[in-house]
Amino acid sequence: MIDIFTGGSKLRFIALAILLVALITLPFWVTGIYYINVGSQILFYAVFALGLNILVGYAGLVSLGHAGLFGISAYATGYMLQLGAGHGTAIAVALIIGVASMAVFAVLSLRSSGIGFIMITLALGQILWGLAYRWISVTGGDNGISVRGRPAPFGFSLSEPINFYYVSLIVFLVAVIMVAIFVRSPFGAALMGTRDQPRRMNALGYHVWMIRFYACLFSGLLTAVSGILFVYYTNFISPQTLALTSSAEVLLMVISGGPGTLLGPIVGATLVVIIKTVVSGFIERWNFLLGAIFVAIVILVPEGIVPGAIRLWGLITRKRAATPTASAATTERTP
Amino acid sequence: MSALTITGLNKSFGGLHVTRGVDLNVQPGERRLIIGPNGAGKTTLFNLITGELTPDSGTVALFGQDITRTPSRDRPHLGMARTYQIITLFGKDTIIHNVRLALLGLSPTRWNPWTDLRHQGRFTEAGHKALARVGLSHIAERPLAQTSYGERRRVEIAMALAQEPKVLLLDEPFAGLSIDERRDVHKCLMAIPRDVTIVMIEHNMDVALEFAERITLLHFGEVIVEGNRAEVVDDPRTREVYLGH
Repeated sequence: MIDIFTGGSKLRFIALAILLVALITLPFWVTGIYYINVGSQILFYAVFALGLNILVGYAGLVSLGHAGLFGISAYATGYMLQLGAGHGTAIAVALIIGVASMAVFAVLSLRSSGIGFIMITLALGQILWGLAYRWISVTGGDNGISVRGRPAPFGFSLSEPINFYYVSLIVFLVAVIMVAIFVRSPFGAALMGTRDQPRRMNALGYHVWMIRFYACLFSGLLTAVSGILFVYYTNFISPQTLALTSSAEVLLMVISGGPGTLLGPIVGATLVVIIKTVVSGFIERWNFLLGAIFVAIVILVPEGIVPGAIRLWGLITRKRAATPTASAATTERTP
Repeated sequence: MSALTITGLNKSFGGLHVTRGVDLNVQPGERRLIIGPNGAGKTTLFNLITGELTPDSGTVALFGQDITRTPSRDRPHLGMARTYQIITLFGKDTIIHNVRLALLGLSPTRWNPWTDLRHQGRFTEAGHKALARVGLSHIAERPLAQTSYGERRRVEIAMALAQEPKVLLLDEPFAGLSIDERRDVHKCLMAIPRDVTIVMIEHNMDVALEFAERITLLHFGEVIVEGNRAEVVDDPRTREVYLGH
């Protein structure tokens, strides 16, 4: 298992500390609100990718319907606010609806694994996308739902981009810590066991279906959280958010960064968001660039950027370590 | 009370009858060998006993308790463990983690999503004990990918023993092993105490006959001969369908 916390080397700890300091101080060293907003987007998309990674990376279940779950939480928030509910109520309802929807997804899709699971989640995601378009009385159809205002807990108004960034950062850090604890736990080990040898796990006394079901719920929770942050960020939700391309995009975040790693989805989310929002301002054909980068990742580091970088780093350091020995051996042989 | 009682077990795949009215009565502490030519239905019988397949008719009882409809995942909790003909381990992990997973499978801790598994020392300790029984505790931290085929066979046995089963089902534990590896596995099996009942499928008659007390010969899904070593080996039907001389 490749994980940034595994091994606990000093170098990794220092790298993490630097990363954390960089994230906390980001609003002070980036120029302008625009980049702070990009930072917020990276953070909530990273939470989304971390949620999907629970299934793709740790459970071996590839979902192509997660944008539907992301969108349903966003819609639930928008709809509740439209009904006149407070932010707290809207968020609570959105979380419940998000996790409950994931439970329904799981019950239907866990009847299968592999291609079957992918196809069922794809179909369910498309149903939600269709509902968003057609259930106009609730979703507003093509026009979507506009959300007025952001919460201001304890007078800390999230309408300020910097404040929104910090709240996103807190949510992101909590999500990272939760996932880090989860994957190292007995349940995390059991989940990874069901990914690698489900038949064996069954014969060892594990309830494979139930383990996968609980993993789906956890994934659904993180997805719902990110959906809520998204709707508060954009102040708008439309059917496009639930489209298949959105599901594919977050799946690419996980796969490009490295499924089954803690850092991978975060790196993947950073890559995709930067290309989509920043690079697209300079390059008209940014989709082409994104595609080319993914092709390069698949060819050079098929396991993903993070595990690939660890592998390449290992090769370099081993080579360095081997060089003096080799030269010493040559010297010994030289008369 | 018998450790394992199988009564009138039938299983068909379409028109193919793979198990036909099999009756088996294994006493506590017994070493039972199941033999038969390829396609006789030996592994299918194991899959029916462990619940991986559901019988069309017949019953399976473990120490008098009918477990025919008990889900396969619950059977290890009742004291049944098995190994596979094709080694089925967690190849990305270390040897000790494989055994830890076996131990965790029977513990309520497996549902715990909060604590660090590495801090659950009791699983590691018990894992080392199980590995010591198969002579592998000295390489417990080695990744499974860096082990030999024979060592992996012993890891499978260690995982089964770690669960402290009452009935242990071994599916061709000597398959594909070198002479030295076979000797090591044989030593491990001989050291298993008598409170564990063992049912074993094996083709290697040299080691299997030495190990088993009673033998059941299956042919086309039917029990055609059953008895002690001498009775089965001397039976002309055994020579006809299996030994071939």
